[in-house]
Amino acid sequence: MIDELRGRAHKFGDNISTDLICPGKYFHLRSNIKKLAQHTLEDADPDFISKMNPGDFVVAGENFGCGSSREHAPVIIKESGVSAVLAKSFARIFFRNAVNIGLPVMECDTESISGGDELEVRPREGTVSNLSSGARITARALPETMYNILEAGGLRDYVRKNKL
Amino acid sequence: MKKTLTEKILSAHAEKDVKSGEVVFVDIDWALVQDGTGPLTVDVIEEMGKGVDRPDHRCVFLDHASPSSRYELSDSHNKLRRYAREKEMKIFDVGEGICHQLMAEKFVEPGEVVVGADSHTCTAGAFGSFASGFGSTDIAFAMSTGRLWLRIPEAINVKLRGNLKFPAMAKDLILFLIGRLGSYGATYKALEFTGEGVENLSMESRLTVCNMVIEAGAKNGIMPADDKTSDYIKRERGKDIKFKPLRADNDAGYERVLEINLDEISPQVAEPHCVDNVLNANETVKKDIKVDQVVIGTCTGGRMEDLRAAARILEGKKVKKGVRFIVSPASANVYLAAMREGLLEKFVKSGGVIVTPGCGPCVGIQGGVLGTGEVCVSTANRNFKGRMGCSDSFIYLASPATAAASAVTGKITEPGDLL
Repeated sequence: MIDELRGRAHKFGDNISTDLICPGKYFHLRSNIKKLAQHTLEDADPDFISKMNPGDFVVAGENFGCGSSREHAPVIIKESGVSAVLAKSFARIFFRNAVNIGLPVMECDTESISGGDELEVRPREGTVSNLSSGARITARALPETMYNILEAGGLRDYVRKNKL
Repeated sequence: MKKTLTEKILSAHAEKDVKSGEVVFVDIDWALVQDGTGPLTVDVIEEMGKGVDRPDHRCVFLDHASPSSRYELSDSHNKLRRYAREKEMKIFDVGEGICHQLMAEKFVEPGEVVVGADSHTCTAGAFGSFASGFGSTDIAFAMSTGRLWLRIPEAINVKLRGNLKFPAMAKDLILFLIGRLGSYGATYKALEFTGEGVENLSMESRLTVCNMVIEAGAKNGIMPADDKTSDYIKRERGKDIKFKPLRADNDAGYERVLEINLDEISPQVAEPHCVDNVLNANETVKKDIKVDQVVIGTCTGGRMEDLRAAARILEGKKVKKGVRFIVSPASANVYLAAMREGLLEKFVKSGGVIVTPGCGPCVGIQGGVLGTGEVCVSTANRNFKGRMGCSDSFIYLASPATAAASAVTGKITEPGDLL
């Protein structure tokens, strides 16, 4: 399922906090993921949800997902149809949360990717091909355990499958 | 093998010698959720189908919407109340206080492992314990199995000497450190505080410092336990504890050492919209920034020493007309102590408003949501865009002393000018 992903890049900067991804003013919508997902990344780019197509990528700079531990941040990114997040670096809790809920995250040099570029991403191999520019980027490999959790669809399903 | 304090505690909980870089399962002592992360945790626990392990060490805190401002949140609260009752978990209801403050007042002991579905769970590192924040799914796993997998972090040694000189406070120290490290300068790492300067910090100051290590990306912050730790536990819980004094080994493998002389710390301000955007307060003062609201409270600025510092600055003065001055004690116990000491009366008489202990203003849920274009000086831990409920507002983080001084003059002000 996550062998090969294709879509367009939506570019963001450094320090995209979980407040920008999942604003606190929608705290009351956390029990309604579909509604909450309509506000994904709203405070970073108010037009993101109207511009993106299912399968697209969120591409960012350093420290993506910093701040609060709210798992709703990766949950709504996934719910909105984003197929993976690519960033130069991730905040620790966001990175774990993304893997735990089955959202592919790849740490790689995103400098050369521009908004609108068409990408082909292979999480297992850790490669990103920029079909618009022809560039190829190698991502930092995910530790085996984390990849297995991701492939199971998240920690909940991994626990069920492996009878942990 | 020489070990850091974090490696020692995690070795004891992994039942084998571990060193940085290893991925291991560790046994956990405490796991917590709050009303923002708890409902999802409960769903995942149920879906994993393994129940709740050691429920008397699993804590549920209703602190973010305290009291609830919307029916959706009231429904979430009821879901958590029912679940905690059914599983016999510990639950702390609206108004009892912020999770990290209550963990400090009631439970955490040196050498323990504390995990929580709240990024500021690292606060408990002030007890010489390993404490770190996670998401709902990880905490569901921890609550169900009593274990969690961790990568043993590399550590940075933050060596402290000297003494903070009022009006410099613990908040100034941690803002200064974050300014030096940057918002991801310690990502995945432990920040271990060592040196005589740690002994000179009160427990309340230690809690404030450890609370904010996540703002440099750190996994945990930790300070060795000492007499102040056991005195605090005795005072808050009436309990005598015996603990093995744990410290890092000499020559432990620190990735780097940062030295800070507390005597030289001056008031600091983190300007919008990033916590590492730190300046000496006098630099911010020069910009002549008018303030609409001041918040004194939260898990990193709402304890007794914070309220006392604010009261000391406010002594004989009034809050500038037009400025909203909001005080939120970190817990019901702090609320009562401040009441007994006459601090709350001073705040109200000087023009302040006391709101329920909880996280409301800091997370933009209730009790001080900002309006369009407004400026707030807050003793909280985050100034991200939109954090206090309005995308078009500006949050300056500072100590309770600086916040109180700014409330008096109506613009960002150095507390020393009012002493």
